Amino acid sequence: MQAFRYSQPKSIDNAVEANGRQNSKFIAGGTTLVDLMKLNVEKPTALVDVNGLPLDRIEPSSDGGLKIGALVRNSDLAWNSNVKQRYSVLSEALLAGASPQLRNMATTGGNLLQRTRCYYFRDTNYQCNKREPGSGCAAIDGFHRIHAVLGGSEHCIATHPSDMAVAMMALEATVHLRGAQGERSVALNDFYLVPGTTPEKENVLEPGELITYVTLPPLPQGTRSHYLKLRDRASYEFALASAAIVVQVSGGKIQHARVAMGGVGTKPWRSKEAEQALQGREANEHTFRAAAEAALKPAKPLRDNAFKVELAKRAIVRALQVTTQTA
Amino acid sequence: MSSSVIGAAVSRVDGKLKVTGAACYAVDHPIENLAYGVGVPSIIANGRITCIDSSEAEKMPGVITVLHHGNADPLFRPANAFEQNSRAGESRPPFEDDTVYYYGQFVALVVANTFEQAQEAAARVKVDYAESKPLVHVGDVPAPTGSPARHYMRGDADGTFKTAPVQVDVTYTTPAETHNPMEMHGTIAVWNGDKVTLYETTQGVVNHQHVMSEMVGVPLEDVHVISPFCGSGFGGKLFPWPHSMLAAMAARRVKRPVKVSVPRTMMFTTVGHRPFTQQRVHLGATQDGKLISLQHDVLTPSSIIDDYAENCTEPTPLLYSCPNVTAQQHLVHLNIGTPTPMRGPGTTPGLFALESAMDELAIKLNLDPLEVRIRNYAETDESTNKAFSSKHLREVYQKGADRFGWSKRNPKIGSMRDGNLILGWGMASCTWPAGRSAAEVRVRLNADGTARASSATQDIGTGTYTVFAQVVSEKTGIPVNKIDVVLGDSSLPPGPMSGGSTGNASVLPAIAKAAETVVDTLMEIAVKTENSPFHNADPKTLKMAAGRIHAQDQSPESGVPFGDLLKMRRLAGIDGQAKTAPDESSRKLSSHTFGAQFCEVTWDPGIARLRVSRWLTVMDAGRIINHKTARNQILGGVVMGIGMGLFEETIYDSRNGKPLNNNFADYIVSTNADIPELDCIFVEYPDLNLNEYGARGVGEIGLTGVASALTMAVYHATGIRVRNLPIRIEQLLV
Ligand SMILES: Cc1cc2nc3c(=O)[nH]c(=O)nc-3n(C[C@H](O)[C@H](O)[C@H](O)COP(=O)(O)OP(=O)(O)OC[C@H]3O[C@@H](n4cnc5c(N)ncnc54)[C@H](O)[C@@H]3O)c2cc1C
Ligand code: SF4
Repeated sequence: MQAFRYSQPKSIDNAVEANGRQNSKFIAGGTTLVDLMKLNVEKPTALVDVNGLPLDRIEPSSDGGLKIGALVRNSDLAWNSNVKQRYSVLSEALLAGASPQLRNMATTGGNLLQRTRCYYFRDTNYQCNKREPGSGCAAIDGFHRIHAVLGGSEHCIATHPSDMAVAMMALEATVHLRGAQGERSVALNDFYLVPGTTPEKENVLEPGELITYVTLPPLPQGTRSHYLKLRDRASYEFALASAAIVVQVSGGKIQHARVAMGGVGTKPWRSKEAEQALQGREANEHTFRAAAEAALKPAKPLRDNAFKVELAKRAIVRALQVTTQTA
Repeated sequence: MSSSVIGAAVSRVDGKLKVTGAACYAVDHPIENLAYGVGVPSIIANGRITCIDSSEAEKMPGVITVLHHGNADPLFRPANAFEQNSRAGESRPPFEDDTVYYYGQFVALVVANTFEQAQEAAARVKVDYAESKPLVHVGDVPAPTGSPARHYMRGDADGTFKTAPVQVDVTYTTPAETHNPMEMHGTIAVWNGDKVTLYETTQGVVNHQHVMSEMVGVPLEDVHVISPFCGSGFGGKLFPWPHSMLAAMAARRVKRPVKVSVPRTMMFTTVGHRPFTQQRVHLGATQDGKLISLQHDVLTPSSIIDDYAENCTEPTPLLYSCPNVTAQQHLVHLNIGTPTPMRGPGTTPGLFALESAMDELAIKLNLDPLEVRIRNYAETDESTNKAFSSKHLREVYQKGADRFGWSKRNPKIGSMRDGNLILGWGMASCTWPAGRSAAEVRVRLNADGTARASSATQDIGTGTYTVFAQVVSEKTGIPVNKIDVVLGDSSLPPGPMSGGSTGNASVLPAIAKAAETVVDTLMEIAVKTENSPFHNADPKTLKMAAGRIHAQDQSPESGVPFGDLLKMRRLAGIDGQAKTAPDESSRKLSSHTFGAQFCEVTWDPGIARLRVSRWLTVMDAGRIINHKTARNQILGGVVMGIGMGLFEETIYDSRNGKPLNNNFADYIVSTNADIPELDCIFVEYPDLNLNEYGARGVGEIGLTGVASALTMAVYHATGIRVRNLPIRIEQLLV
């Protein structure tokens, strides 16, 4: 780990100003950042500790949705009664991630920005375009069982590992940012970038920009949601494939459907193709399977991760069954 | 004598120290003026070091020195087995030359005032290599053609197989596994003149002392090894590894105590592992399920440096009755660190193959897998033609089947259900050799009414401290909480290694004899001391119980507390010491622990989700000395076995030999959520041929058979036979 300066601003303005300098980074729970600093993958020369900022509240938003401060801990968000009742997909996704100790530290903002678990990204002795642009990608001809089948390029196939962000994708969350130029809001789907030729650029955050809030819109009446995570062991492991489903059925027909996937994409993956295949259709096995097929149609599997294509389809089908079955 | 304390479920005497964090593990020892050594691991697996540039590292704050093959003081090779009865993990001392044999080999050691300084400087040591292509998978090298590393034969297995009415010919593989105990390896070396004290975490303080004497090149009596607690070893801490010698060498060089902790990443490279195994099994049987031919051919890799053969064929010649058997093992040498025993070495992967093949045979015969085992029951050890000292495996099968409800098993694939889930049931036999070795123990009775028992053996988390206290308590009636047990110190009377599940069987007779010896001395005192109530009595009429010497025909309360007798003679305490070794008669018999695993998995085909839902282990392990710690060992073995079956695999990158998943997020082991309630029962037949208590070891056998019971259950549920561990989603997703 490289030596670094450290500051603890008390206001958002000061934090943004402090982080304006080159090579400085915000630190929230530190569960991603400190880990990567120890591996010399992240090498900030200054850390701006945002834990003192007043961004730790979960409040109703004016449009009837929810406004989540960037510093709300993953545990607090998961167990929040509003979230549990109205956005159960989010609560389930959070509780399927990491361990209780990590969730107690991890924050909403930090979770959105967690880095990939690609083995080669985490070891500076390997070529990695994300860590060192232009150096190559050790994963493509290496062992890549955990890598992405959707959204990859010849430059990078690393998955975005977050569960929370997948649920937020299906909930059509918006990220609120504060930078030197002021405030702006970005739909979560537009917040993340696919690697293309610049895998080092994972999102649209400008240097120094702070995530202040995430907002969730209200859901249509009668909507149900579910997060299903599939992995090797029962707990404490990243997803091999996961599905976040938000759906509303009436009269046997699907009126509203949002489908997102984790563990398979280079970003938390929303599938508009699957949503189209569901919209207005009969809520049955045939429709679900068609949606799953549509979701994975663009998949480009490699030798070790080919199974993820089928696994992700099954996650979608099962999560749809769970959310549409009549009690 | 009250014997209630033997066999009881006694809580660990060191339990409180452990749960409160007061137990002092190797690198916890507070040592003054300590310097920290951090290793620089190689990032190639095959080649030579062409240049080490430590100039930048040396200029870093707090750095004392950077040691490597070019400037280190010499270390030596360990003695060969025929020269000395000792063993090192890796026979090449660190920094011997510029050759790199495996990824993650120590190529330099930075010594600094703080751990952080050493770590930061270690990252700045520049090492250049001349790299050759690494060979890290058995497919990277030609198949061995020479004579096998091990070979066993009886009858004509090959000839009989060719004409056998029913044939099974299958190949299984098990992956490399990393021990990964919670407490990582680490050493603090403290020199005092020419003598060195080593704070270690080891499964054998005596062996460690011997090897360090050999490899550091100092007389045996100048090496003192202290290891009061061990945060588990699973075999990985049986033999000393390079970091231990490095700590000793560096401490001598910088004239300060030096601590070297092995980080988790290097736990995957330089302190041993269970090697990959490839095992071909041929079974030939008659139509009614009687084995007539058994062949087991094993290929395992070792390092370039050492010949370590994972003894997969250990159980092959004796588990079943069969007239024609060959079992052979071949070795290849790869660019990986030297493998080492891991809990249930050899037998665990070996039984995965053998027991899986037995299930495949049962399916071909359309017979119940348990029935096939009973039809081939070995009444004697056919590998040595010896009788078994004590074998009740038939009863184990029966009890297990009854308790599990095995007769309700419908063999049709996917036929059993629990709601929407498909159930699969599996079972397998377990076996593990029961042995004992020499042990020496000292028991002291103190005038203040307490006792002390000591030996240079160690408690690696299995409950050895508690067993010592139990035996002394049984022999003297002194309560367990008044008995101080001192282990893990090479200056004590030499005790056995904690390995091969032999510790218990080895120390029990020695503790008992040492306690009896000191009690005899106490009797002498009782009859020879003037103001003793037993003055001039015949010692044969006396007895010790409840901590008192009393007349045999009267109650203990009528007697004298032993402390009072010692006080009468103004003695601080008296010692009894005993050394025991297995006697010749026990060699005439074959001693093995046996058992059976029964399990149920649930299978959700819609999402390819496999879970273990029920587990029963039945053990024939002789007499159980402590039901709590014994059960704990068996359940721990099963948990590890479930990990072996479903999760564990060290994945080497063929490009550079790196274990890619060298951390606890990527090398997955069982979590609580993966483990159902585990049931375990013992059939208790004391194996009195092994020792006076009739106890055998239970440390390893719990792991054997688990993986094959699992794959059998998976087949029963899914129709898919997994022959290559671990069972992965992609193998089931069809
Ligand atoms: C062993 C392990 C297992 C895990 N398993 C899972 C899992 O199964 N599923 C899962 O989803 N996650 C998992 N995680 C990841 C975990 O969820 C993240 O580490 C955590 O959410 C990160 O949050 P943090 O607050 O600690 O972030 P930090 O480490 O503090 O920060 C992460 C990044 O975000 C930036 N940052 C933080 N806050 C802000 C802000 N407000 N504005 C702008 N930038 C900011 C930091 O500069 C840094 O670059 C696991 C982590 C570990 C270590
Ligand atoms: S997949 Fe992406 S993160 Fe991984 S090595 Fe390739 S470029 Fe780096």
